[in-house]
Amino acid sequence: MNEELFLPGHRACAGCGETIAVRQILSVAGENTIAVVPTGCLEVVSTSYPETAWKIPLIHVAFENAAAVASGIDCALKALGKRKGINVLAFAGDGGTFDIGLQALSGMLERGHNVKYICLDNEAYMNTGIQRSSATPYAASTTTSPLGKYSIGESRKKKPIGAICIAHDIPYVATATIAYHLDLKKKIKKALEIDGPCFMHILVPCPTGWRFPSELTIELSRLAVETGVFPLWECEGSDMSNLKITKKVAHRKPVKEYLQLQGRFAHVMRNEKLLAEIQKEVDEKCAKYGL
Amino acid sequence: MKVVVEGNHAAALAAKLCKVQVVPAYPITPSTHFPEKISEYVANGELKAEFILAESEHSALSACIGASAAGARTCTCTSSQGLALMHELLFIASGMRLPIIMPVGNRALSSPINIWCDHQDSISERDSGWLQFYCESNQEVLDFTIMAFKIAEDANVLLPAMLGLDAFVLTHTSEVVEAPEQSEVDKFLPPYKPLFTLDPKSPKTFGSFCTPEYYMEFKKKTDEAMHRTSEVIDKVFAEFKAMFGREYKKVKSYCCEDAEIIILTLGTMSGTARMAVSKLRAKGEKVGCASLTVYRPFPSKELIEVARTAKVLAVVDRNISLGFAGAVFEDVCSCFVNHSKKPLVLNYILGLGGRDVLIKDFELIVESAKKALETNKFKIPEWIGLREELI
Repeated sequence: MNEELFLPGHRACAGCGETIAVRQILSVAGENTIAVVPTGCLEVVSTSYPETAWKIPLIHVAFENAAAVASGIDCALKALGKRKGINVLAFAGDGGTFDIGLQALSGMLERGHNVKYICLDNEAYMNTGIQRSSATPYAASTTTSPLGKYSIGESRKKKPIGAICIAHDIPYVATATIAYHLDLKKKIKKALEIDGPCFMHILVPCPTGWRFPSELTIELSRLAVETGVFPLWECEGSDMSNLKITKKVAHRKPVKEYLQLQGRFAHVMRNEKLLAEIQKEVDEKCAKYGL
Repeated sequence: MKVVVEGNHAAALAAKLCKVQVVPAYPITPSTHFPEKISEYVANGELKAEFILAESEHSALSACIGASAAGARTCTCTSSQGLALMHELLFIASGMRLPIIMPVGNRALSSPINIWCDHQDSISERDSGWLQFYCESNQEVLDFTIMAFKIAEDANVLLPAMLGLDAFVLTHTSEVVEAPEQSEVDKFLPPYKPLFTLDPKSPKTFGSFCTPEYYMEFKKKTDEAMHRTSEVIDKVFAEFKAMFGREYKKVKSYCCEDAEIIILTLGTMSGTARMAVSKLRAKGEKVGCASLTVYRPFPSKELIEVARTAKVLAVVDRNISLGFAGAVFEDVCSCFVNHSKKPLVLNYILGLGGRDVLIKDFELIVESAKKALETNKFKIPEWIGLREELI
């Protein structure tokens, strides 16, 4: 590992997956990197004035515009003749990517800026108190998709953000998670070598929002892959058939092993039918990916 | 060199002469000709800039913030709904002290939807920490755009600036304009050298999370910069006059020296108001016209000086702060409230949504002001040019 560029002393919750991901990514990107962070957990825990956890230049502007701000930086570096050798990375949460930031992301991808957009997906608006986003998985109980007499928790399925980005015909789209750090770093390295927009979807478990003991962050990010809930893949070009699984799972574990460790799915453990439904959905997805 | 240009093209030409480096834009009527002209310059190699075809005004200004923070001279343009869509970012740009320049094609806000001239869009953003200039001719558009870069980039200022161009009256109307030579502009406006940038060699965090312990001080510093700008504007006006020969003032005054009734205007209505003043002066009436070229920072001192003989100050607003009166009226009232000698300040709303502004409207305003002075009876605000049969 290179020098630490994301420093200790920030205010993230114990066991925060997002900050682990940032350390892993910056260890590959190095100091010649400019970070764009939209409003969200990461900005709040790491930039509280007059302190900062970032040893690289960082800009936070608003919630929905990381991709647009990064576009401006990309062009300014070009105009100033400084573009070579500097990485422009956007680190956005799932809300800032799947929901409010989707338009700016689409614009940036379409215009072909040399920006690596990294979505740190903890599957809800964790910074503001665990409200659902369109990245929240089916049946998860959140403060705006609560379990109730007439509710099983989140009623919709997770938005297929990777497929949406692939459809933009960009050079590289990949998924990763912090348990498989070598896979994650390899993909970041590959993205950084490409001159053009790349999208990385990184699953980052959140002990507070998912309700699990903070020492299980890595365990859960591994289980997400081992159960087939979050397959690791990469895709070059616009064709989904180019999608390549980067972590084959020889014996896929039952999805229950992943869900039972999380308070947001506690009710699923008491509901055989719902559990079977979720397992079936994961099985179908894995069949599609050839996992 | 004399050129015939419309307002949008005057702003684009000025941006080119200022060697702007990044132009993110999203076209909106009546500002569309600005990004069109810029894209033409770039396509023909006349301007070496990165032109970003943003997918919304929100993203256009976001890209400006990124580009300016990365150290590039940056501008964009917008109008009406587009400016409203940029609203949250306007505060961020000024809070981050980024000297972005933005011509605004002054247009009414929905609903009902209307593409014609009024000042509601930029006036609604008067508290956003942007300098605001209002232009009366295409020459002013060109000159103020050049001066805006110099003022905004001054180390004592570092604030973004918007320029008001009345929709269609300026944006789409061609006039003869004296365009300076590139070498002259180069001498007037040195390359943009920001103090702080997103530089990996000297990493800094921009746009921090700020607790109640620190927030107020940031705002105080920005407000101080806004006040300091007043002097910088005078300095730049003087330098501009020395180099290009054209003289500007924050408050333009016409026949105000002994005027008892002064009409206060912004933008292109000022010329019409001056014609009315000329007509009335020929009849021996002591009237004058004062028009603001600078609206933020508000030129209180200059206005008080210009209005020293006035018994009535008739503030004409091409906007309305619904439930009260025109926004400029509020500013004028505030600037006189603690002053020992204050005129009667009246307020007239006219020309909203592109309604024609006529000489007779100002004659009516003067009539009304005279009556108010005699009877001490008046209504705030008074609407001018309404079609009573529709109400």
